[in-house]
Amino acid sequence: MNCIIIDDEKAARAILAQLCSKIPAMEVLGEFDGAMEAIKFLNNNIIDIVFLDIHTPGLSGVDFLQTFTNNFKIVMTTSDTNFAIKAYEYEAIVDYLVKPITFKRFEKSIRKIEKSLVSAVAQTNNDTEVTTDTIYINIDRRLIKLKFDQILFIEADGDYILVAAIGKVHRVHTTLKKIKEKLVDTIFLQIHRSFVINITKIIDIQDNSVLIDKKVIPISRSSRPNLMKRLNLV
Amino acid sequence: MDIPNLHYINELSAGDLYFKQKFIAILVEEFPKEKITYETAIRALDYKGAVQIVHKLKHKFNILSMTSSYILAVEHEEALKVESIKFHVPFGRALLAIEEFLKSF
Repeated sequence: MNCIIIDDEKAARAILAQLCSKIPAMEVLGEFDGAMEAIKFLNNNIIDIVFLDIHTPGLSGVDFLQTFTNNFKIVMTTSDTNFAIKAYEYEAIVDYLVKPITFKRFEKSIRKIEKSLVSAVAQTNNDTEVTTDTIYINIDRRLIKLKFDQILFIEADGDYILVAAIGKVHRVHTTLKKIKEKLVDTIFLQIHRSFVINITKIIDIQDNSVLIDKKVIPISRSSRPNLMKRLNLV
Repeated sequence: MDIPNLHYINELSAGDLYFKQKFIAILVEEFPKEKITYETAIRALDYKGAVQIVHKLKHKFNILSMTSSYILAVEHEEALKVESIKFHVPFGRALLAIEEFLKSF
């Protein structure tokens, strides 16, 4: 799981970073002394957990909460115990850590979030009626969230698949067939035995290939009619 | 008045000397600035500013395991909200204790 820390106190940020370092599955991707800087980062990165001090300068923690929906889990970190009850009014807030945070309490919070993320994935797997715009991929026991619109294409690679997302390629131990079942067929289409593409990311189509990002992807003869049907041809 | 100590920092660092030194360096850097901000706010009778900085300083009492001073800081913060500085003197003593403690590093 990855996270960011928002706190105007350097000491408080150092404490949280140290606590995160004790949990191998945790990775701190950024530390911010104000919510405004964090928002810029969150607009360009996928984050699982935000550790947020409610008393941040500029944009307050409450304003921050109102800016975002539940794209990530929020753990409040503050000395202000009075905010505890109000905090749970926000769906995205999953826990409330009162400073000074002990490792025992911190670990409990992380386990709780881990469980909720895993159960969210299990729920999606069990209930095929549920459609979301995201998928979680399992890499080294970390569940990484990917939004569908960030996925460019998926390529089979032996016992693995390569999920080419914007800015990063993830190698996942599964099959193309299995991941295809989790994707929405309005956006994704298998155009070759080794490739599933996000049709909204096509740059051009030439002969028997499509160009996505900088990758030329072959179109199998049998898939071509299906692909042409899905395009808004003039 | 309680004496600042490194119990919490030692527990947090769990033998990680690099972290411990780095963290103490942060306190040495951050605390004097916060103390000045507090004193400036009090001198200017800027209650709102004083409430904000006392809230931040509260955390330093926690970090340095100063339980009684933390309670005092909570009372001071609440008093400042109604524009009272009745806890300013004992609070100032607690700040001084931290300042003296951090001089040893």
